[in-house]
Amino acid sequence: METGTPLSAGTLYDKVWTLHQVAELPGGSTQLFIGLHLIHEVTSPQAFAALRDLGLGVRHPERTVATVDHIVPTTSQARPFADPLAEEMLATLERNCSDYGITLHGLGSGRQGIVHVIAPELGLTQPGMTVACGDSHTSTHGAFGAIAFGIGTSQVRDVLASQSLAMGKLKVRRVWVDGAMQNGVYAKDLVLHIIRSLGVKGGVGYAYEFAGPAIAALSMEERMTLCNMAIEGGARCGYVNPDATTFAYLQGRPCAPSGEAWERAVAWWSSLASGPDAVFDDEVRFDAAAIAPTVTWGITPGQGIGVDEAVPTLEQTEPDERPLAQEAYRYMDLTPGAPIAGLPVDVCFIGSCTNGRLSDLQAAAAVAKGRHVAPGIKAFVVPGSEQVAAAAEAEGLDRVFREAGFEWREPGCSMCLAMNPDRLEGRQISASSSNRNFKGRQGSASGRTLLMSPAMVAAAAISGRVSDVRTLLDAAGATAPDRAPVPAAAG
Amino acid sequence: MTSPSAPFPFGAIASVVGTAVAVRGDDIDTDRIIPARFLKCVTFDGLGEQAFADDRAELNGAHPFDHPEHQGATVLVVNRNFGCGSSREHAPQSLMRWGIRAVIGESFAEIFYGNCLALGIPCLSVSHADALALQAAIQADPAASVVVELETLRVSLNAAADSAAVGSAGASWPLTLADGPRRMLLSGQWDATSQLLAHDGQLRATAVRLPYLTAFSAV
Repeated sequence: METGTPLSAGTLYDKVWTLHQVAELPGGSTQLFIGLHLIHEVTSPQAFAALRDLGLGVRHPERTVATVDHIVPTTSQARPFADPLAEEMLATLERNCSDYGITLHGLGSGRQGIVHVIAPELGLTQPGMTVACGDSHTSTHGAFGAIAFGIGTSQVRDVLASQSLAMGKLKVRRVWVDGAMQNGVYAKDLVLHIIRSLGVKGGVGYAYEFAGPAIAALSMEERMTLCNMAIEGGARCGYVNPDATTFAYLQGRPCAPSGEAWERAVAWWSSLASGPDAVFDDEVRFDAAAIAPTVTWGITPGQGIGVDEAVPTLEQTEPDERPLAQEAYRYMDLTPGAPIAGLPVDVCFIGSCTNGRLSDLQAAAAVAKGRHVAPGIKAFVVPGSEQVAAAAEAEGLDRVFREAGFEWREPGCSMCLAMNPDRLEGRQISASSSNRNFKGRQGSASGRTLLMSPAMVAAAAISGRVSDVRTLLDAAGATAPDRAPVPAAAG
Repeated sequence: MTSPSAPFPFGAIASVVGTAVAVRGDDIDTDRIIPARFLKCVTFDGLGEQAFADDRAELNGAHPFDHPEHQGATVLVVNRNFGCGSSREHAPQSLMRWGIRAVIGESFAEIFYGNCLALGIPCLSVSHADALALQAAIQADPAASVVVELETLRVSLNAAADSAAVGSAGASWPLTLADGPRRMLLSGQWDATSQLLAHDGQLRATAVRLPYLTAFSAV
């Protein structure tokens, strides 16, 4: 493609893919240029070791950005960490970034945090980019109209060495969402509902384009929650076409374009959206108004139900899903046909790359304010980044949470995957705003996880059991903080 | 138990031979293949011991990876959506270091599939019925010799000489593998790094046409 050539018609995915094509490779895959490479301490050390073994350098150190998130403690972040393995991982990252000239947003820099929280808030993630990171939740960045996907460590090595990857092109499924979400229903509920409907492997081979009136109405942080969990539906990337909401979010951020470049950027970004002539490989439709606060009851993110529903019986389960359902009944110790509301929980976790942003904390605080965590419940809030923590503290959310009996922690991935000291013990059951309810995911081999929105986690903490947050919001008269209120009668 | 003597994949891969082990179940995620606590490391060494660590502990010796007759197996046979979840390459690394050189299953999660390919480990697909038949045959005769052929795309199982399980003798099933990955493995070009680096001029040309690398002056 020549400089200045108009982008071809088609989907955003097609346009971005074409622009970043470097070459066709002998095996039939495409060499794709990676515009933004994000790295962290868990999946990069072996990649740097491989570079050293091969005698290779980093081709575009200015297009790689690092932070530390998975292993950081959330109580005290003083160095050295109490855990020598965690300390070694961070020290290795620091040395690698220093050796190769890569910017590291470290602890106390004011910019540290979960990689999928900090890149958007710094304005690093922009429409039309290809974004790769050794983390499956890289799909988050698709919220900006970027093509963003998780990679393994061998591919991290390849991006460091060549700023490119060998990739196969995906098909595109448009996930169209009509209507407006009810009060008390959030992007997390929407995506859990979509995965429940399409299955955890329904998206394999696809990128998901999220579109329609309900998607257009979402804030950027809500779009990030939605795209974050595309991978839980099997889709390696999910994206939303860039629009005025996207541009308003980006304007003024440290790494976003400014001045005259801003105007040119907006013009280009606007041209990337899937056109009316775009052809999709598949399309599915949902009605946002029909979605209830959603909770997972099983051991995959697809095993979700409305909070007012019961754990599905075997008879209500598709035949080929029944073995997994039976495994889930056993592991979760749940009775088929029993309501999910009222199920007692032990631990309540608010945070993660899915739901650790300011609006998530605002939604949870609106529920917690003036109430108190039930006796015997451990409840804690882990902001997604140092910037989120500072913004939350500036509006007093830390105080709201503390007064309600929640612990207010330092930023990191925390109990989403329990690589730090935050974990379940034994068969404890958590209400969690994270993204995976896999067996053993939260640090105990027999621990159990119920995925839900941050507001629903706060409601569970207050009552000590799974509860419909809408009843608490009605009492408080609160709404989802950064979305326009919708009439209670909607849908 | 790992097979420390077996070299890691190298060069052209036309076939994988040895014995097989079946791990049953749909949606087995990478947290189960290698729990997150084992990701606290700066090398992949030692991950072979930890493959399926929590599932094995839960089953207290009854997991297929703990069965004496499956030690040294090179072919893993699984069901649907194997390797879903986290992108951690630690998962295929742990399987490879345990001794696995090919995975046969009904379907695979995409990132896991690509991570395996980058290590020279083919992920081959079979039908639901064939996966069940293959798993049953392996269970009936764990010592049977297995041959996975990438050229003909078939897996065959031959009863061990001392086996009474004559029913599995000479059985063979068709496999599916996309043409691209198949050619990459057969030609020894599954390690992409050198191919990517060979296109220096094209990489430069791509960078200069990307608006966000040129202050949007290339729009």
